[in-house]
Amino acid sequence: MSEEKGVIYRISGPVVTAIGISPRMYEVVRVGNEGLMGEVIELHGDQSVIQVYEETSGVRPGEPVIRTGQTLSVQLGPGLLTKIYDGIQRPLPELEKTMGVFITRGVDADGLDLEKNWNFNPVVKVGDNVASGDVIGTVQETTTIEHRVMIPPGISGVVKEIKSGDFNVTQTICVLDGGDEIKMMQKWPVRTPRPFTKKHAPEVPLQTGQRILDFLFPLAKGGTAGIPGPFGSGKTVTQQQLAKWSDADIVVYIGCGERGNEMTEVLDEFPHLIDPKTGEALMNRTTMIANTSNMPVAAREASVYTGITIAEYFRDMGYDVALMADSTSRWAEAMREISSRLEEMPGEEGYPAYLSSRLAEFYERAGRVETLSGGDGSVSVIGAVSPPGGDISEPVSQGTLRIVKVFWGLDAGLARQRHFPAINWLNSYSLYPPSLDQWYRDNIKSDFPEIRTQISSLLQVEAELQEIVQLVGSDALPVDQQLTLEVARMIREFFLQQNAFHDVDTYSDLKLQYTMAKAILSFQEESKKALAGGSALEDVVNVPARTDLMRGRFESGYEDRIEEMLDDMSKQIADTMETD
Amino acid sequence: MTGKEYRTITDVKGPLVFLNKTEPVAFGEIVELRLSDGTLKNGQVLDTSDDQVIVQVFEGTASIDKQTGIKFLGDVFKLPVSKDMIGRILDGAGRPRDGGPPIVADEMADIIGAAINPYSRQSPSSFIQTGISAIDACTSLVRGQKLPIFSASGLPHNDIALQIARQAKLVDSDDDFVVVFCAMGITAEEYNFFVHDLERTGALENACLFVNLADDPAVERLITPRLALTAAEYLAFEHDYHVLVIYTDMTNYCESLRQIGAAREEVPGRRGYPGYMYTDLAMLYERAGLVKGKKGSITQFPILTMPGDDITHPIPDLSGYITEGQIVISRELHQKGIYPPINVLPSLSRLMNAGIGDGKTREDHKSVSDQLYAAYAQGRELRGLVAIVGEDALNERDLQLLKFADIFENQFLRQSRDEDRDIGKGTLDYAWELLSNIDTKYLVRLDQKWIDKYHPNDKKN
Ligand SMILES: Nc1ncnc2c1ncn2[C@@H]1O[C@H](COP(=O)(O)OP(=O)(O)OP(=O)(O)O)[C@@H](O)[C@H]1O
Ligand SMILES: [Mg+2]
Repeated sequence: MSEEKGVIYRISGPVVTAIGISPRMYEVVRVGNEGLMGEVIELHGDQSVIQVYEETSGVRPGEPVIRTGQTLSVQLGPGLLTKIYDGIQRPLPELEKTMGVFITRGVDADGLDLEKNWNFNPVVKVGDNVASGDVIGTVQETTTIEHRVMIPPGISGVVKEIKSGDFNVTQTICVLDGGDEIKMMQKWPVRTPRPFTKKHAPEVPLQTGQRILDFLFPLAKGGTAGIPGPFGSGKTVTQQQLAKWSDADIVVYIGCGERGNEMTEVLDEFPHLIDPKTGEALMNRTTMIANTSNMPVAAREASVYTGITIAEYFRDMGYDVALMADSTSRWAEAMREISSRLEEMPGEEGYPAYLSSRLAEFYERAGRVETLSGGDGSVSVIGAVSPPGGDISEPVSQGTLRIVKVFWGLDAGLARQRHFPAINWLNSYSLYPPSLDQWYRDNIKSDFPEIRTQISSLLQVEAELQEIVQLVGSDALPVDQQLTLEVARMIREFFLQQNAFHDVDTYSDLKLQYTMAKAILSFQEESKKALAGGSALEDVVNVPARTDLMRGRFESGYEDRIEEMLDDMSKQIADTMETD
Repeated sequence: MTGKEYRTITDVKGPLVFLNKTEPVAFGEIVELRLSDGTLKNGQVLDTSDDQVIVQVFEGTASIDKQTGIKFLGDVFKLPVSKDMIGRILDGAGRPRDGGPPIVADEMADIIGAAINPYSRQSPSSFIQTGISAIDACTSLVRGQKLPIFSASGLPHNDIALQIARQAKLVDSDDDFVVVFCAMGITAEEYNFFVHDLERTGALENACLFVNLADDPAVERLITPRLALTAAEYLAFEHDYHVLVIYTDMTNYCESLRQIGAAREEVPGRRGYPGYMYTDLAMLYERAGLVKGKKGSITQFPILTMPGDDITHPIPDLSGYITEGQIVISRELHQKGIYPPINVLPSLSRLMNAGIGDGKTREDHKSVSDQLYAAYAQGRELRGLVAIVGEDALNERDLQLLKFADIFENQFLRQSRDEDRDIGKGTLDYAWELLSNIDTKYLVRLDQKWIDKYHPNDKKN
C-alpha cells in the first residue's frame, strides 16, 4: 500500500477528517503525532472520516494519519474474565500503570496479557479432523470457568501437531495439515457477529432470583429484555442484581456512558459476592467494560460491540452468557453525536436515521444457538434505556421495544413510593412464558403457569377495584372485594417488593417464589372460608401468623420454615370463626 | 508563544467567528482577538481544518469586524493553579477580581480535565454531617458525592447551599472543607449575598471563588465551572484538601451551551438543547469523587433552577441521570413558611447506604430514615383523601399518620438558618421523639431491637 500515511485535514471534536489515504471502512488508524486510536467511519471522495477514541484537543491539521490495515477487533482468549476494560478493550488497570489515575491518551494496551502462561490441556490428537469452532483443548481460566480453546472461524484441517502444558496466548499450541498455526488467542472484528450453525427457540428461563422478573416477566436464556426508566428508578440496581444472581455461566457487564462510581462499586463488591450455584466469587465469571459518561464518546459507541463480541465468544464455547448494557441510550447518544459531526441528515430527535437498525442488529446478536461445533450456547441481552423525562415515546425506547421480547417498565411513581424493584406490573410484559412453561412444569411444579396466571389476574383485578376505591372509598366495597384488595396488597408488599440491599431478600430461587405465591393464594382461600363462616375481615387479615409469614422472608432459612408458618396462618384464620 | 496575527475573518455568527487561510491551528487552541479599538477578547477553537477555523468567543462577538486581528496562542486553555488560590476571588475566566495580584502558577493545568480511571476510583463512604435534619436523616451526603439541589426561582436554595458550606463536617475526623464556589450568570445581588455570608462567617479565607455574573459574557460561563473544577482537583489531589464545590446556576450554564449549539446550526436535541448536553454535563459532574492513594476529595453541590418548576425539563433531567441523587426544594413547603423547604419524597441520595449505619452514623439510621419516609409519604397522601372524604372517614392509624405529616414538616424539617443539628441527638433522637406520636404497632419499618433501644417510651406504649 503506497498510501499508508496521510494527513489530517479537519478536526471537529471526536471526528477527524484525513486526506491522502484510502483505508477500508471500519479500519483502525493512528491519528496525529500522538498516534491516537481511531476508526474509519465514512469514506467521502478523497476524504476519510475517522472517529477518534481519545481526546483530540491540541491536535492540528497536517499531523499524520497512519493506516493499520486492521478493523476494530478484540483479543479473545484466556484472561478475559475478572477484567475491567474501557470501550476499546484496554484493561483499565494497565492504563493506571502507565497513566496514573487520570486517563490521558496515546497509550495502547493489549486486551489480553500476552506474557502470562496458561496450562493448556489438549482434547484432540494428531490425525483428528477439526473445523471452525471445534474445541481443541481447555484452560482453567478461573476456579469456576474452563476456557475452551477453539479453532477460529474459517479454519479447518487435520491436526498435525498438538501441544500440552504451559503457554502464553500468542504461542502456537496446534498446527493443522494446511499449515495453520493455532494459538490460544484469536482476534475478531467487533462489528461482525461471530458465526454459529443455527438459532434455537429459547426454552429455558434465565433464573435471576428476582421475584417479579422470574415469576411474572421471565427472560429466556438467549432472550432480549429492555429496562426503560427515568433517572433513579432502578435500572442500574436491576442490572447489577442480574449480574449478581442470574444463573448464566458468564456475565458481561457494560457500563456505557454512566457513572464511574457505579463501576467501582461492582469492582469492590463482586470479588466478595458468592455465586449461589458454585460457591465461588462472582467475579470469576464476569468481564466488565467501563466507558463512563466522561470518557470519549467514540469509545462509548464501540463499547457495546466490544462487549457483545466477548459474549459471543463465550457462547461459542457452549456457555450461557448474560450481557447487561447500562445504558443503551448513552450508546445511541454517542451515535447521534458522531452523526451530527458528520452532518448526516438527522432522523427523529436528531438521532441518525439508522438508529433503529443499529439497535436491531445489536439485539439480534442475542440468541440461543447451535454452535459451529454442535454445542448449545446462548447470549441473553438486557439493555437499560434512559428516556428523557422518563417518557418512552422517544426513539431509543421505541426502537428497543420493537425488538426486545421482554419489557420491564420502571415507574417513577413506584420508585417514589420506595416500592422496589419499581417495575410496573401492569404495563410490563414478557413474550417468553408460552415457550418456557413446559420447563416450569417439568422443573418446578406442574401447576406453575396456572399459579402465575392467578397472581397476575389478581393484580389486574386490583387495578380495576382501585378505580372504584378512588371514588367511593374501600369501605363501600363488598367484603369479598375488600379481601381481594388485601390479597393484592400482599402480592405487592410481600412478593413483588424485593430489597436488593438485604442479604436474604436479595435473592429467591424459583421454588421459593412458587411457595410464596402459593402462600398468598392459600391465604386467600382460607380467608374466603373464614369470611363465609362469619369471621370479620379485620380479624382475618390481622392474624399474627400472617405478619410472621410476611416478615419471615427477611430471615435466613425462610424456605425451610415457610410451610410451618403457613400451617399456623391457616389455624389462626380458622380460629377467627370460632371466636365470633 | 505569540504567533502571527490574522485578519481573515469571513463570518461572524452569534458567539462564533469563522476565519480562513491560517497555519494549522490545534483543536481546542486558545485564541486572542484584538479589536480595532485595541480591546482584547479571548476565544477557543471549536473546529479546525486547512480551509476554515471556527472560534468561540468567550466575551461575545459584539464589535468584532473583519479587521479584528486574531492570534492563536499555541496551546489549549490552561489555568495557573496554586495553593494561593484559597482566599481569592477570580472572574469567570480565572483572572483576579478582588484587586489582588495574579495567581503565581505552581502548575498550569489543562481545564478540560481528564477522566478519572474507574479502576482508580475509591467508593465514597464517609458521612458528611450538614446539620440539616432533612438531608442528614433522609438523603445523607457522603464525601466524594455529587448531589445537586433541584430548585426553582424564588426559592431559598442559596441559603441552603451556604448553610451546608458553613456546617459541613465529617463526623469521624477534623478535616475541614475548602469551598470552591463557582457562579455562573447569577445576579450581583445573589453574588453579594454569597460573599457577605462567606465573609461574615470567616469562610471566605477558606474558599476560592470563580465568578461570572449575569452581565458578564454568557459564553465565558462554559469555561467557568471547568476552571473551578480544575482548581478543585489541584487542591484535592495535589494538596490533600477535601473540597466542596458549589456551583450556581447550572441552568445558566446550559443556556450558554444551547446558544453555542444554535450558532453552529447544530441539530438540536430536546427543547433546543444540544444532543451532547448529557456528555457535556457529565464532564463536569464526573469530576467529583475520591481516588485511590490520594487523601483529598471532591464533593459537588450543583444548584440548578428548574425552568417552570418542571423536573422533566432537560436540565434537571440530564443532571439527575448523572448525579448521585438530588435534593428537591419545594415551592409548596416554602409557601407554608418552612425552611429549609426540602421535599424528601422525590429527593434521593444514592450513596447514602454506604455512608450510614453502625460505626458511621448510628445503627438505627436506615430504619429511622425508612420509617420517616414511609410515614410522611402516607401522611401526605392522606391529606389528599381528607380533602375529598373528610377526617371522619379515617381510622386511628390514618389519623395518626395525617397528624405526623404536619409534625414532620413543622418540627423535623423546619430549623433555622444557623441551627446545626448533630446527627445523633439533634436528628435521629429527635426523629424518634416525633415518631412516638404514632403507635408503635404502626411503625412497621422500625426493627424491634431499635424500638427497644431508642424509643422514648411515651404513654401510648
Ligand atoms: N431493588 C431495589 N431495592 C432497593 N433499593 C432499590 C432497588 N432498586 C432501586 N433502588 C433504589 O433506587 C436508587 C436508584 O436506583 P438506580 O441507581 O438503579 O437508578 P437508575 O434507574 O439506574 O438511575 P439513572 O438513570 O440515573 O442511572 C438506588 O440508589 C436505590 O436506593
Ligand atoms: Mg443507572
